This record gives sequence, structure tokens and C-alpha cells, in this order.
Amino acid sequence: MEVPYIIKEREDTGLINSKLGIWIFLASEIMLFGGLFSAYIFLRLAAPPGDFARWASELSVPLATVNTLVLISSSVSMVMAWASLKLKDFPKYKMYMGITLLCSFIFLVIKYFEYTSKFSHHIYPSSSTFMAIYFTLTGLHGIHIIGGMIVMIYFWLPIGAKMWDSQPELFTNRVEVLGLYWHFVDLVWIFLFPVLYLL
Amino acid sequence: MSSNSHSHDHHDENFIQKYIFSVDHKVIGIQYGITSLLFLLFGFSLMAIMRWQLAYPDTAVPIVGFLFGESGTLAPEQYNSLGAMHGTIMIFLGVVPLAVGAFGNYLVPLQIGAIDMAFPKLNAASYWSYFVGGVIMMSSFFMPEGAARSGWTSYPPLSIFENGQTVWLISMIFLITSSLLGSMNIIVTIVQLRAPGLTWMRLSIFVWAQFVTSFLLVLAFPPLEAAAILQLMDRVAGTSFFLPSGLVLSGEIVDVAGYGSPLLWQHLFWFLAHPEVYVLILPALGIVGEILANNTRKPIWGFKSVVYSMIFLGFCSFIVWAHHMFLTGMGQAMSAFFQTTTMIISIPSVVILTSYFLSLWGGSIRFNTPMLFALAFLPMFGIGGLTGLPLGLAASDIYLHDTYYVIGHFHYVVAPGTIFALFAGIYYWFPKITGKKMNEMLGKLHFWPSLLFMNGIFMPMFIQGLAGVSRRLADGGESYAHASGVLHLNEFMTTSAFLLGIAQIPFIINIIMSLFSGEKAGRNPWDATTVEWAAPSPPLPHVNFDSEIEVYHSSYEYSVPDAKKDFTPQTEK
Repeated sequence: MEVPYIIKEREDTGLINSKLGIWIFLASEIMLFGGLFSAYIFLRLAAPPGDFARWASELSVPLATVNTLVLISSSVSMVMAWASLKLKDFPKYKMYMGITLLCSFIFLVIKYFEYTSKFSHHIYPSSSTFMAIYFTLTGLHGIHIIGGMIVMIYFWLPIGAKMWDSQPELFTNRVEVLGLYWHFVDLVWIFLFPVLYLL
Repeated sequence: MSSNSHSHDHHDENFIQKYIFSVDHKVIGIQYGITSLLFLLFGFSLMAIMRWQLAYPDTAVPIVGFLFGESGTLAPEQYNSLGAMHGTIMIFLGVVPLAVGAFGNYLVPLQIGAIDMAFPKLNAASYWSYFVGGVIMMSSFFMPEGAARSGWTSYPPLSIFENGQTVWLISMIFLITSSLLGSMNIIVTIVQLRAPGLTWMRLSIFVWAQFVTSFLLVLAFPPLEAAAILQLMDRVAGTSFFLPSGLVLSGEIVDVAGYGSPLLWQHLFWFLAHPEVYVLILPALGIVGEILANNTRKPIWGFKSVVYSMIFLGFCSFIVWAHHMFLTGMGQAMSAFFQTTTMIISIPSVVILTSYFLSLWGGSIRFNTPMLFALAFLPMFGIGGLTGLPLGLAASDIYLHDTYYVIGHFHYVVAPGTIFALFAGIYYWFPKITGKKMNEMLGKLHFWPSLLFMNGIFMPMFIQGLAGVSRRLADGGESYAHASGVLHLNEFMTTSAFLLGIAQIPFIINIIMSLFSGEKAGRNPWDATTVEWAAPSPPLPHVNFDSEIEVYHSSYEYSVPDAKKDFTPQTEK
């Protein structure tokens, strides 16, 4: 016997299990990043005036702007991938999911260059409280990107995508849930960008 | 119904699939239960060693003394290690996994008439993450640095420099992950998998308690995870999130960037750790509610008020955390705010407890072992709760802070409170889990001495605390002038602690004996109403019930006038 409401919504709640699950997971993620953002505020207030802004000027705004655009594009292509599955167009799904993967890869490459240029100037997490919270927040966000990419690769490669042939609805639901996670990771960056680079 | 044919499908599972890497919520619940009971016993032994040291500071610890060097007595840092690990193990590896992991996992799907949790594989992942976290925590005893010794609260700056803390933090990240996965699963299960007819107000009080608890875990644990990540950065990457500028260690200024704040840790930590208190107590209130209704043969008095109080308790528990921090100098305005919220949160707790007391009124009470533990829970939790009030007011807290009074207060809530409720739950649901009843005689032999010695340990702590004896003194206050008048109590408390340990032997014997030769229990040995008793004992692997479940009644229809029997099961028309 199968656990019910995996594919079809329960009538009185209007939800499938995985969708409710991912929303609750995202609520906990908000608390995780919320805790770190609160720490940022707390530390910024404790630091001497101007200290955070001075260190923030070490960061590259152009690179971060490009990264913001890259991530937003990946969110769009993620929705397109899901929509293609809804339209039962699997080749299109493969293309859009591939674009999403490519975007997240570009994001990480740019992040890599940002990190290494800091290291080459001998700026490390231990250099200042701002740098500490910068590396912690972006590092944790990067781990979330990598986590999402692992799932995307699994759904993109034949090993995961063969579910499309046997249970297309279940596969579509999985991509939707992955999409919700991905938009959240994107949203975190939308907050990180102004808070770390612009303020 | 295809359940029979399906239980055949699962016959080809081998031992490892069936009992080790199972995805059946019942097996996972039992795994959680056994692991956490072992951790509870281990955490208790750590405390027994500490109590020996407190009563007889200069005498070698018996039996295990050789572990602590030639003298056989604890060095102060060893004492601190045991203290930190006692707290950590009891809370994160013992009580919460038993209350939420074991009871929640086993009973929630059964009480809502579901075949399993919503995400069975995630459920297994949650247990194994807990297991790995536990192994890492235990392994820290064997590391060259030794186990963490900064208390379960891990306050910086001490925790940044003390040995053993890194392993503690890594282990905590696994334990937090486990909690998150488990509680997400419970929420989705309760929302999505309720049997037809099981509306929200028909849910049992235990399911409601688990529901609120899970929300607390989902929302309160991540900030601690954030804090643990920051502390890990401080320890391994040389950052200074929690280290102020100009900090002096062994006569030298610490070489860090500075501008960090030790207070930040306390805020993040207590943002978890206060809701955690309600994570400890809510499942206990749920279990006690079930048992009271069943053994008074009456519905819970004010069922809806209890449910609303639990929800209110859940919300409110997020805005009281800084009452742990009155002494940090965070300011009058903050103190005033958190005093007020703390006084407000005591109201729903009192509503629940009062409802439970009123439920006893006019009932024809059956004094079986689960009921005895549940009844003892009420005054014990009452003492724990009421002694908390002076701690919630800044003026009296300044005097009592960090004394044995605090230790007495929260141990009354957790030890004769929550742990008694968990014992009650084990006695109550053992017939459902194993199909065998537990022995009543041994049960009473477990209950009465436990009740006596629990009080023997914790009541004198109030006296010592009021006299001003601080906690975390490795010599128990021997070198402490104002402790001299109350120091003799240490011996009494230590004796009680050892006797409490001995009082658990009937319990262990009872579990093993009943498992093999206990009296056979039918489906519903307690004449109970909730849904889990409609399943066979033990419930069928993977499908739980052998018939279609539909719910027609609210959860505690006992002694309904004009009914055929004195209980109307939820699943009977």
C-alpha cells in the first residue's frame, strides 16, 4: 500500500505531501538565514561606524550584479522546465533544465573567482567581522546552490529522468518541488546582494 | 482491502531491511526508543559520577575511578566535561529523541489512522542522522582533546578556547538535521494523512502536542544551527563572531579581528533553547492527557482550552528567550519586555495543568502503573513550573541565577516531569507495540521508589540554591563560605541519586520479562477510544491496520450516557 496524496492533492487541504513538506522545509531555512541575518545586524551595530562599509567596498559589485542576473535567469529557466513537463514536452524540459544547470555553474565559477581574488589579497574570514559574516553567508548559500545542482543533475541525467516514462505526474511534481527550493535559494541571494555588497 | 496480500509482499525482506534500515515508522520509532533510552541511562551514569564527586570530593570514584587518572577523583576539567555532556546527552540525545522521535514516530501515524509517515525514507534518514550525531558525540570522549566542557549552553568566549568543542558542534549539526527532518515529517503526516472523518478537533491531545512540538523544532532549531556554524567558524577559521576586541587570555590579548559579541551567541542559543523547553514538556503533556482520560474514564476537562493553550504556548515560547539573560546587562527595557512575556506564558501552562487536575474530579480512577506515573507528573511538573516564576522576574532572578535553585527548577520539569510522563507512555503503549502487557507489580516497584528518590535528589537543590550555592562547582561548594550550612545535603542527594539508579532495575527487568513472557494483550487492553487501539497488537508491518479506518467520534468519548459500554472507540459507528 502506498502513502496517499503523493500525486493527487488531498481534497480538504488542496496539497500534495511533498509540496507541504518543502514549504515547511523552506520555513526552517528562513529561520536559518534569518538567524544569520540577525547576527549580521547585531555585529554591524557592535562594529565601529563605517567599518562594515569600508570592508564591503573590497567586494566586486559588477561581479555580484552579473551573478544576480545569472541566478534570476536560472529561476526563470527552472519555471520553464517545469512548464515544459506540464505541456508534456520532454526535450524542452531537458533544454531548460540544462540552462538552469549551466547558470548555477556559472554562478559558482564567478563566486570562485571572487573568493580567490580575496584570498590573493590576503583577505580571509578572520580579517574582519564583515569578512567573516560575508564568507559564512555566501559560503552557506553556495552549499545550498551545490545541493540544488546535485538534485538537478539527478533529474537531468537518464538515471533520474527515466521516471518520466513510468510516472510522468510524479516526476513533474518533483521538478516543481525542486523549483520551489531553487527559487528560495535565488531569493536568499537577492537579499545577500544588497546587504553584503551595497550597504 | 488489499492489506493482507500486501503484508505478504513484505515477507521477502531480510533481517537488515526489516530491522536495521527499515522505512516502517514503527521500526524507526522503536530504534529511536531503544537508542534514546540507552543514552538516558548513559547520561544518568555521568551524573552519578558527578554526584559522587560532590558528596565525597576527596574519595576516589568507585568502580570507574580508574578512568580519571591515578587519584580516581575528578579533576575540575573532567567534572566540567561530564557536566556538559550530561546536559547535552539528556536533552539532545535522550529526552527529545524519546519524546518526539520514538513516541511521535510510533504513535502519530497510528493515532491518525495512517499507514505510515508521509515520507518514510526521510524518516529513516532522520534516525540515521541522529545515530551518526550520537556516535560523533560519544567519540569525543576518546579524542585527545576530550569531550566538550563548556556546559550544554556552550557560552563563548570560554567555548571558543576550551578543548573538545569542535566535535560537539559537528555532532550538533547532525542532531539538528535529524530533528528538522523528523519534525517536518510529523507536520506533513498530521496535515495530510488523517483518516476520513478525523477532523482537527477530533485529533487526540497527543497528536496536537506533537503537532505544536514539531513546529517549535522546525522554527527554533535553525537559529541554533546558524549559531553553531558561527561558533565553528570562530574555532576553525579564526573569525571573531563571539569574541570582543581586546579579550585577554592567559595574560595576552587574543589575536583576532574583534568587534564580536558573546551576547550574540546567548541570543541565538536561547532563541532555540527556550522553545526547546516546550519541546521537552509538550509531548509529555500529550501523553499524560491520553492516560488521564483513559484511566479516569472521562473526557479531558476543557479539551479545546487545552488545545488552544498548547498552540498559544507554542507561539509565546518564541518571545521569552531573554529571560535566561537578565544578568547580561542587556538593559531595563529588554528585561521588562521579557519579564512580561514570561508571566504571560505561564498562563497557558496553568490552564493545561488545571484542566488535567479537574479531569480527575468525579472520575472512577484506575490506579495502574501508567496512571501512577501520569498522576505523579502533575504535582511534579507543578513544582517545576511554580519554582520557575521567581526566575522569570529580573529582581529575584539576579539572586537565584546560576544557583542550584535553577538546577532544581528545570530538573523538576524534565526529570520527574517529562521523564515520568515518558515512563507512563512506555507502560501505556507497550501492549500495543509488543502485544504483551507489562507486569504491574514490577511497575509499582519501579514507580514508588523513583518518585521518592527523584524528590530526594531535587528538593534539596532548592535549599542549596536559596542559600546561594552556585552550579558548576567541581567540589560542590567545599571552598565556598556561604555553602557550609547546606553542604551536608550533598550526601543525601548523592545517596538518592544512586538509589534512583537502582530503582530503574525493575523497569529494565520488566521490559525484558514482559517481552518474552508477558500476559498477552488484545487490541485494546485499556478499553481506550483513540484510533491506534483499532489496529492489531502489534500493528501490521507497513500497513498498520487490518481494516479500513474511518473516524466517527471525538477522541475521548468515555462514560457517554446511554452508550452500550463506558467507552466509544473513535472508529466505531
